[in-house]
Amino acid sequence: MVYENPDGIRIGLEIHVQLNKLKTKMFCGCSSDYHNAAPNTHTCPVCLGLPGALPVLNKKAVEAAIKVGLALEGEIAEETQFHRKNYFYPDLPKGFQVTQYDYPIVGKGKVVIEGEDGEHVVGITRAHMEEDPGKLVHIGSIEKSKGVLIDYNRSGMPLIETVTEPDMRSPKEARRFLDKFRNILEYLDVFDGNLEGAMRVDANVSVYWGTRVEIKNISSHKGVERALLYEIMRQKNVIRRGGKITQETRHFDEGRGVTLSMRTKEEAEDYRYFREPDLMPMRVADWVPAVKETLPELPDAKRARFIEQYSITDMHARALTSKIMLADFYEGVCAKGVDPKIAATWTADVFLGELNYRDLAISSYDGKKIGFIHTKDPEIENSFKVSDMVELVTHFAEGKISDRAAVEVIRSILDGEEDKTPSQIIEEKGLFKAEDNLVTKAVAETIAENEAAVQDYLGGAEKSLNFLVGQVMKKTKGTADAKTARELILKELKG
Amino acid sequence: MAKWMSVAQVKEKIKEDSAEEVTARYLEVVGKSKINGYITVSEKALEQAKKIDSEGHEGPLAGVPIAIKDNISVVGLPNSCGSKILKGYIPPFNAHVIEKLLTAGAIILGKTNMDEFAMGSSTETSHFGPTANPWDLERVPGGSSGGSAAVVAAGEAPFALGSDTGGSVRCPAAFCGVVGLKPTYGAVSRYGVVAYANSLEQIGPLANNVTDIAVLMDVIAGYDRRDSTSIDSKVEYQKALVDDVEDLKIGVPKEFFGEGIHPNVEKAVWNTIHKYESLGATWEEVSMPHIKYALASYYIIAMSEASSNLARFDGTRYGFRESGENWHAMVSKTRAEGFGTEVKRRILLGTYALSAGYHDKYYLKALKVRTLVKQDFDKALSKVDLLMAPTMPNPAFKIGEKIEDPLTLYLSDVNTCPINLAGVPSISVPCGFTEGLPIGLQIMGKPFDEPTVLRAAYTFEQHTDYHTKRPPEVA
Repeated sequence: MVYENPDGIRIGLEIHVQLNKLKTKMFCGCSSDYHNAAPNTHTCPVCLGLPGALPVLNKKAVEAAIKVGLALEGEIAEETQFHRKNYFYPDLPKGFQVTQYDYPIVGKGKVVIEGEDGEHVVGITRAHMEEDPGKLVHIGSIEKSKGVLIDYNRSGMPLIETVTEPDMRSPKEARRFLDKFRNILEYLDVFDGNLEGAMRVDANVSVYWGTRVEIKNISSHKGVERALLYEIMRQKNVIRRGGKITQETRHFDEGRGVTLSMRTKEEAEDYRYFREPDLMPMRVADWVPAVKETLPELPDAKRARFIEQYSITDMHARALTSKIMLADFYEGVCAKGVDPKIAATWTADVFLGELNYRDLAISSYDGKKIGFIHTKDPEIENSFKVSDMVELVTHFAEGKISDRAAVEVIRSILDGEEDKTPSQIIEEKGLFKAEDNLVTKAVAETIAENEAAVQDYLGGAEKSLNFLVGQVMKKTKGTADAKTARELILKELKG
Repeated sequence: MAKWMSVAQVKEKIKEDSAEEVTARYLEVVGKSKINGYITVSEKALEQAKKIDSEGHEGPLAGVPIAIKDNISVVGLPNSCGSKILKGYIPPFNAHVIEKLLTAGAIILGKTNMDEFAMGSSTETSHFGPTANPWDLERVPGGSSGGSAAVVAAGEAPFALGSDTGGSVRCPAAFCGVVGLKPTYGAVSRYGVVAYANSLEQIGPLANNVTDIAVLMDVIAGYDRRDSTSIDSKVEYQKALVDDVEDLKIGVPKEFFGEGIHPNVEKAVWNTIHKYESLGATWEEVSMPHIKYALASYYIIAMSEASSNLARFDGTRYGFRESGENWHAMVSKTRAEGFGTEVKRRILLGTYALSAGYHDKYYLKALKVRTLVKQDFDKALSKVDLLMAPTMPNPAFKIGEKIEDPLTLYLSDVNTCPINLAGVPSISVPCGFTEGLPIGLQIMGKPFDEPTVLRAAYTFEQHTDYHTKRPPEVA
């Protein structure tokens, strides 16, 4: 099947990613661990842009950028330079942003995503390094705030801006690209997507191969998909009514789910780029071999290995490798010698499904347990132990618990019983499968005690059988397998 | 105590009396000043000197006072850059050179007057009023480090630091009859000096003699990891002070003796070159065909960089603020009120030169010219060891004479700014007088070859007495 792209949709993305796993900022020694800190406590003369302060490039940021470039199969520049992008804004302490212009560190690359018609290649135009500005803080809402406060803790955080070719043909593909891109960054251990403001996306989109419109500063993958769906509908409506699409920049109103015009091409800002004289051009070609050595196994390679090594399905492998921490957790479980196929089912299908249902995002893995936080309230944290999954899979494989019981154990742990082992939960809730002789005994008792129902059934009332099965389940406190109970009753009655 | 002393004499005096007494004596002279050389006099100078006396100090400048241009950050002292817009700003960090000076035991006497944001050649654009030339109080001291040169010439400090973007150390050195060095780009860390044009400027010393320049360079020069353009040249400056120019090859670039040069300046410089010849050096004329484009290139690059550097002065975080109904109005009013005319002119011209549609025509072309000027220096200095020329084509002009005519004022940088485009070292030394006003000789060398530049300057000084002349008006 080939996707026809009937509406001639082209989507390109510009993704700003904070390299928030680095210990220090882009051009100074300030700690990048500011997310829970009081405002303006992670600042110095350099990131406050005090007169006379000078930038010193963080070598680790360059290494991270090269890593990202290699993971995107991008060309790494022989020599790279920084430029100044000049504009006035209160969050920009120097009145310019140090960024890269005509000598970006990463050139053409590509990412393969699961597209509308199978594997689809999205071209990477370039990726470059730049610094984050500070943050404006409004007291209450923007409309009601009496003033604006500025927090420069974020000022000077290292960013990578990645620009794609307009190769995505639907909002869904754009979302898939972002998911894959984020996954790659997390594999590289340069990025924690759970932190606030970690990823901001500008999307440009056109319909019928026409004029493109840019939507600025969308903060979530879901938001990108929604903004694009709206914008495509809007553009198609304009054209249907005989109108023309003008090249412009629009803003996505998350609350109302609509895009609004910010400025047209004629009003485009002139940033007066020129080379940053305080930083020397830098030869990075020689760095590449050493950085290459540090590259981890990337999602596609890991997926292929999982299929091969654990004999699991492509679907399971895809799900398990969709998060580096989930993949590591799964391998941690498998390392304890359990059946990898059963482990894959319980991890990829049930466990992951229950996390999504609860809006929990995986946020850590330390070799013993996988941690997660609530996507809307990062204060809500929880974890799930490798040993718990091992125990669960073992009980299940040995036939000691039913499907339903296993699901219940996972749910119990996620819902606040993480301090108990699966065995304790199974014990407390009486979820162990009843032993066969127990069921046999219950069947015999049921038949003896319910003469009337037995007669009814034998007289042709099928419903009565259900009543008898129910009685067996009652006697075994639900631990009997209903199917087994039914079979045993029939065997008794029909002899 | 003598009013004019070398650093060695100051150190001797400290040994005889005390650092406190020496500092007090300088403060007394400063207190009676007729030249408006200082913007701020440090209230802690005496205290620092007392501490040196009581605790002792092994540093090479223990107890020696120094004056600092008011664009170099010193903790606790206002850093005005000669501008209203930095009103009330006191830096929370020391410039690299200040750290070095303090470690060496120097006493910061105060901060000296300058053209606003170092934009000028006369110290008249300062928000704090002009500084007078000690040789003629009606004349300018040159600029932009006019305060630093003037206080050294007037005996209000043994030596001083300035900064040189297009001649801002050498021009006032020439006008005030003192020695001033613009080091090779990268020799001295710029960390803590408020940027006017980052790719061009260097901090440079001003003193009454070449030896003190070398003493100061040995303290302030060297690699600093906080300035990515700084380089560890490992030069030992005082070791270069040798009285010997035997076999030194001097190039005389005829382009530096252009139209409008004062005949006595030309004469004094040629006399100097002949003096070198008599001391065993040889000379030849060299041609640097692109020098005539240097001034235009320099101003476009400097203004472009300045337009970006000065964007941070928006009243949001520090300094002067004018109120406005919203942020944009506040910023506009603050900048309209806080910057002087010349600064605004340069910001506007620089913004224009970098704008879409003009960037290639002006900024990019200026960069290309810069490369050609560099090549001229490379070529000339491959044949000769040093280049010699007048620092300024004319002696100091009258206060108010040129300030209304910016273009004429810009032209006075014609001989100094090519050096900043090329990044090479250049020193200005006194080499004569005309109508009672000092004349400066400019000696330019290869990158990081300050030793040869200093050796030539030192040798000349050993055989002449221009550097010993003092301005009678402030004596």
